[in-house]
This record gives sequence, structure tokens and C-alpha cells, in this order.
Amino acid sequence: MSTWGNTELLNKPGLPEPRPTELSKPFWEGCKQGELRVQQCQDCKGYVFTPEVACTHCLSDQLQWVSSSGKGTLYSYTVIHRPQRPEFEAPYVAVIIELSEGWHMLSNLLDCDPDNLTIGSPVQVEFVPRGEQVLPMFRLQS
Amino acid sequence: MPRNSLHDIAIIATHNTRQARRLEGENDMSLIMEAIRGVIAQAGIKATDIDGVNVNTPVWGLSPREASQLLGTQPRWVGNDFMGIAAVMEAAGAIATGQAEMVLVGSAQAGEYGGGGAVAPWTRPTHEFVESYGLYTAAEFAFSAQRHMHLYGTKQEALAEVAATVRNNGARHPLASCYGKDPITADDVLASRMVASPFHLLDCCLTSEGGAALLITTAERARDLDVDPIYILGAGTDRQGLSYTRAPVWDTYGAIGQRAAKRAYGQAGMGPGDIDVCEFYDPFSFEIIRQFETFGFCDLGEGGDFVMDGNIGLDGKFPIVTNGGLMSFGHAGTVQMLQKVIAAVEQLAGRVPDALKVPGAEVAMATNGGSAALFCDVMILGREQLQ
Repeated sequence: MSTWGNTELLNKPGLPEPRPTELSKPFWEGCKQGELRVQQCQDCKGYVFTPEVACTHCLSDQLQWVSSSGKGTLYSYTVIHRPQRPEFEAPYVAVIIELSEGWHMLSNLLDCDPDNLTIGSPVQVEFVPRGEQVLPMFRLQS
Repeated sequence: MPRNSLHDIAIIATHNTRQARRLEGENDMSLIMEAIRGVIAQAGIKATDIDGVNVNTPVWGLSPREASQLLGTQPRWVGNDFMGIAAVMEAAGAIATGQAEMVLVGSAQAGEYGGGGAVAPWTRPTHEFVESYGLYTAAEFAFSAQRHMHLYGTKQEALAEVAATVRNNGARHPLASCYGKDPITADDVLASRMVASPFHLLDCCLTSEGGAALLITTAERARDLDVDPIYILGAGTDRQGLSYTRAPVWDTYGAIGQRAAKRAYGQAGMGPGDIDVCEFYDPFSFEIIRQFETFGFCDLGEGGDFVMDGNIGLDGKFPIVTNGGLMSFGHAGTVQMLQKVIAAVEQLAGRVPDALKVPGAEVAMATNGGSAALFCDVMILGREQLQ
């Protein structure tokens, strides 16, 4: 099993934390409240991520932050042995998650066996503190 | 296919400095000046003949406008910072519309990466939805490879075959970072340490220092000079957003570059079968497989078998990355993108070591970018001007 999932390792001093922008603030606020948020266009109903000022499907300005199910599947992954910087305890698993609403995000997979990962496996969001912020990460559902 | 004004443009001189992980005693200004003097001498022109400039050095901070001042040639035209195929297209467009006649394009980098515990600074995205998860360029490109292996059963051995082929080319180029290295096999690639699965160390490009430049002018002007002009036959770009800010989803970005290749083929009146040399962008081994599929050399999902079937060696039907590319020639700053064009030009003009010559090469394809970078540009070059 990967050690990546131990809260202490995930919140080690020196690990990078997100710097919210005016546009992304609602996303990171949601994480602090245990809610995975995504923008949805009220005109075409399309989901938009990463955050934008207008709908990337129809250019409407009627974007609204909505709550995602936080459920999805493992779209792709990589087991990282050469860390981005030394504070990351390798190996760790970086992933692309396809959320049930059809949008995608980058994240990490918690507490998994890096040698036995299957694309398409169901996952569920979990919120992990990082400095002043809280990061959405994912855990495999059995 | 009708001719267009790009078909009257030729690249008449190229110069690479030596490339190495560290070039002791050099900085990016000494390197760019070597490259500039090199192309001027090769073309047999005077510095004052240059009337268009797109030159930059990222560490020292030379901008194209400042470069025009440094050269003292009072250029009429100055290009944008963006280097590589896009810069050559931009310069060619400026010449085609009469903004300039003799354009210098070049860049160099030295002194930025100090090595140590972290990956190179320019491979570490600072974006809020990327950085915190420990991602960097190799990991982002790994997503594409992993997804392709899942969908099509592409084997790790196919990736390794690409990496070994490219690296063995670089080992034979005297200016390459990896010049003189012993030949390696796919097994050596598979035995190298894992970086970000499925990429082993030798599946990944290197980091290095170096510089390069080229000169572009009209076919008419080229005829008056003692040069071996190489002509632009077609080119295209495919841009789908900012690199390394969002998930590189295979279904969305996996075929990036296809629109660029279609436009380039269309302008050249050619298809994949007409290409003699493939100077494809090689940040990671899998991207070569992806490009063969995306550009129509083989069907989607068959790129792994394609590279295993003897196509990609110097004696194959579609030799790849004949100078050693980003994996073993050089990967300095953004000049490495321009060096793809230079590799194609030098192969067609015969300005390569005998050991790396592709006999009878008439047409070459150069590319920049890749799946996780969310852009991919394509240029087709030829020994003969399109009539």
C-alpha cells in the first residue's frame, strides 16, 4: 500500500498549496466546507472546469457554482517516483478523475496499491488539509 | 492544391551551438551570438542584410525588440516571443507580405537549472489546480500514455523502442548532449528507474543548455546566394488552451495536431506516405507513437505495433528524430522547438554527420508540442520548391 494517504505526509510543511483567485475562490471555499463545487451554465447546462468567466460551451455569462456528486471514475493515472519537489513523499499517485457529471479534474489517489490500479474504477472525493487550504483528493470505492 | 505565398519562402541557413547539460563558461547571450554569427557566415550575407528579427534569451532576458537593437541592423520587422514552428510561420508570413526580406529567428538558454532535488523549474506548473498534486510535465504526459495503453493494449516495450532509437541517434551527433554514449536497447530503457509510470528515466527528455538560429528569406533571394535552400511546403497549428492548467483528457486532446497536419498536408498536396523524415516532437517516448496515429501514418491504436515494425530507424520507412531530439540532442528553453525545424532542414540539406544521413530524403515533417501541452504545430519542408 502507498503511504500517500497519511494526513501528516499530505500536509508536510513546504508542500505547495493552491492560491485561490477571484475566480476560483468559491471552489476552494467549498472544499473547506466538504463540498466539491463546479460551475454549471444555466443556459446550456454544461459544466465548466477549471473556473472561467463565461461558459466555454456557449459563452453565456450565466455560470453558477453547483455541488458535484464527488463520485467518479479513474480516467487515467501515473505513479510518480520522481517527486515534483522533495517534500512530496514518493511514490504517490496522480490521477485524472472523470466526475459523474462528465467533467474532469486532476488530483491524487489516497491509500491505494500503486501496482494494482485499474482505469475505470469508481472513486469518491475526500477532503484533505494542505496549509491554509483544503484539497479535494479521491479514494477508490470497493 | 493551389500554391500559396508560403511556398515562395526558404530557410537558407541554420546553426546549432554545442548542447550539453551544462555549458561551462557560457551564458545564453554568448550562445545566441554564436548562433547568429553562424547563420550569417553560412548564408554569406552581412548583418545589415537582416531586416526582420525574432530572437530571445529567457535567462538573460533578451526580447525580440531588444535583439533588433543589439544587432544594429534597424530591422523593419520584429516577431513575437513564441519560438519554434510558430515563429518560422510568423516570419514566413511577414516575408510573404513584404514586411521583411531576410529574417533571423533564434534563441538560447543557459544558466537556469541548477539540478538538485526538484525537477527543472520550467517543468513545474504553478497553477492552482495542478501544482498541489505534485504534478509536473512528465506526469502530465504519462496520463496520455497510460490511457492509450489501457484502451489499445500498447506495450511498454513499444515506448522503450522509440526511446532507444532516438537516443542512439543523438549519441552519433557531435553537437548533441549525449554524443559519444554507448548504444542502448529497449531493455536498457525498461531497466532505467521509473520516473512517472509508464515513463522510465530514458523515456523522458533531458534538460540541457544550448542555442540555435536560422535565416529565412524569399526563394528568389535564396537563388542569388550560395546556399542550399530548403522550402516550406505546408504548415499548420493546433492550439487548445494553456499548457498544464487543466487535465489533459485523452478523449479531448489525444489527437491534438491532427488539424495542423491536415492543413500542412493540404498545402503541400501530400500525405503521410510522402514524408521521408519525421522530426517529431519527442518530450516523452509515447508522444512519437501518438503522432504517428494522429498524423495518419497508421490507424488509431496501432502506433505501438508501427514503431515495433522497423519503421522508425534511420534505415526504416519513417526515420524519427534523426538528431537525437529532446531526449539526447538538446532540450534548452524554447529553442528546442526551433531545433525541430533545424533538424528537418539540416537533414534535407545534407548538413548532418554521415552516420545520421537519411539517403535521398526529399521531404521532412517537423512538429512541436504534444498531448499534455494542449498544442501541436506541424511543418512540412522540402528540398524542392512547390511548383
